[in-house]
Amino acid sequence: MYGNDFAASGGELLDQVADAERELRAAADRSVRGGSDEETYFTELVAADQKIEPRDWMPDGYRKTLIRQIAQHAHSEIIGMQPEANWLTRAPTLKRKAILLAKVQDEAGHGLYLYAAAETLGVSRDTLYDLLLAGRQKYSSIFNYPTLSWADVGAIGWLVDGAAIVNQVPLCRCSYGPYARAMIRICKEESFHQRQGYEILYTLAHGTPGQKEMAQDAVDRWWYPSLAMFGPPDTDSTHSAQSMAWKIKRFSNDDLRQRFVDMCAQQATVLGLTIPDPDLRWNPDRGAYDYTAPDYAELMEVIRGNGPCNRARMANRRAAHEDGAWVREAAAAYAAKHAAPAAPTAEAVHA
Amino acid sequence: MPEWPLWEVFVRPRRGLSHTHVGSLHAPDAALALRNARDLFTRRQEGVSIWVVPAAAITASSPDEKDSFFDPAADKVYRHPTFYEVPDGVQHL
Repeated sequence: MYGNDFAASGGELLDQVADAERELRAAADRSVRGGSDEETYFTELVAADQKIEPRDWMPDGYRKTLIRQIAQHAHSEIIGMQPEANWLTRAPTLKRKAILLAKVQDEAGHGLYLYAAAETLGVSRDTLYDLLLAGRQKYSSIFNYPTLSWADVGAIGWLVDGAAIVNQVPLCRCSYGPYARAMIRICKEESFHQRQGYEILYTLAHGTPGQKEMAQDAVDRWWYPSLAMFGPPDTDSTHSAQSMAWKIKRFSNDDLRQRFVDMCAQQATVLGLTIPDPDLRWNPDRGAYDYTAPDYAELMEVIRGNGPCNRARMANRRAAHEDGAWVREAAAAYAAKHAAPAAPTAEAVHA
Repeated sequence: MPEWPLWEVFVRPRRGLSHTHVGSLHAPDAALALRNARDLFTRRQEGVSIWVVPAAAITASSPDEKDSFFDPAADKVYRHPTFYEVPDGVQHL
């Protein structure tokens, strides 16, 4: 089934991932006539919805854009482990703790899939990692907000992972093969994250008045930063037009943001929680919810490094990297020892 | 510290199916590559067998040669059973 349309409800996101996977296989069967030169051939492949693979010719700008986007995405997965890890030791039950551990472990895995996808473009993981640690590559601004209560773990799952899924499902159709395949794998795993968050909030919202208040407080704090995850409004988005032409990006920031608002408005009513936007209301003419845009000046400030937790996140990451040096050294020493020729000679052994 | 070698990972999803390429990872040696691949690619029982292959050991055909390399098979339609006309009435052919 070909098409870029969104399904109406969040529960169908997984179906869209499956569609993207089927489409990837179907497109591979369509034949593309080899163009007269490599650039024409590249353009024809993208036009036919076929995938560009690592050893294919590609424009420099395409390669650079992908490296920047995939690296930022990978860094976000790794830094994104911190806000949730903050609650690992204080999860309310052993079951919640085991689930949260599995989720944080998934984020590490997603980071590794993405670093590996970026490496197929000819950049090394160590280089990307150094750029992150030097502050020269970014990660998603959302992870610079603090997790103040257990309910924040729920709000992150529902809103932050929900927004990430809305952003990422279209990336399963990205024109670059390794990225599209990594995203299919990630989206399949990600859907459990959103549901576990929703379940945490649902449980709290139907608990004591104090628990419900805690859930509402978390939603109040995470709503606008989650809307900001879709990036600046279309009128200010610098990379969009070319990325759309290359089919790296399939929908505009504002289209995705609208999609997310429409999903959440319904899901909030089931939770019994209020989205902190007095102007949120259904607009029958547009067939979508009207909503208040996030504070983009705040988004830019957080991206510039001045969010509530930017410094702490980077300091933690650097410390973890430095404190883990002995593990990397020990593994390398072990590998070197076992790669070296055996010390005793054959004669000595058989003597 | 020099970067650890890159390994390509292949997973056999179920008994009877081929190993399929699923991605790559870095590891200092084969044993750790296998364990890391288990942790990274089969967290949800996606496989019953894993191969890890040093990426440097793979020799690949070049995309630039896509025509000259594969064309020789293009004019040998007689390698497909559909090339042959089957007379009416013949069975089990």
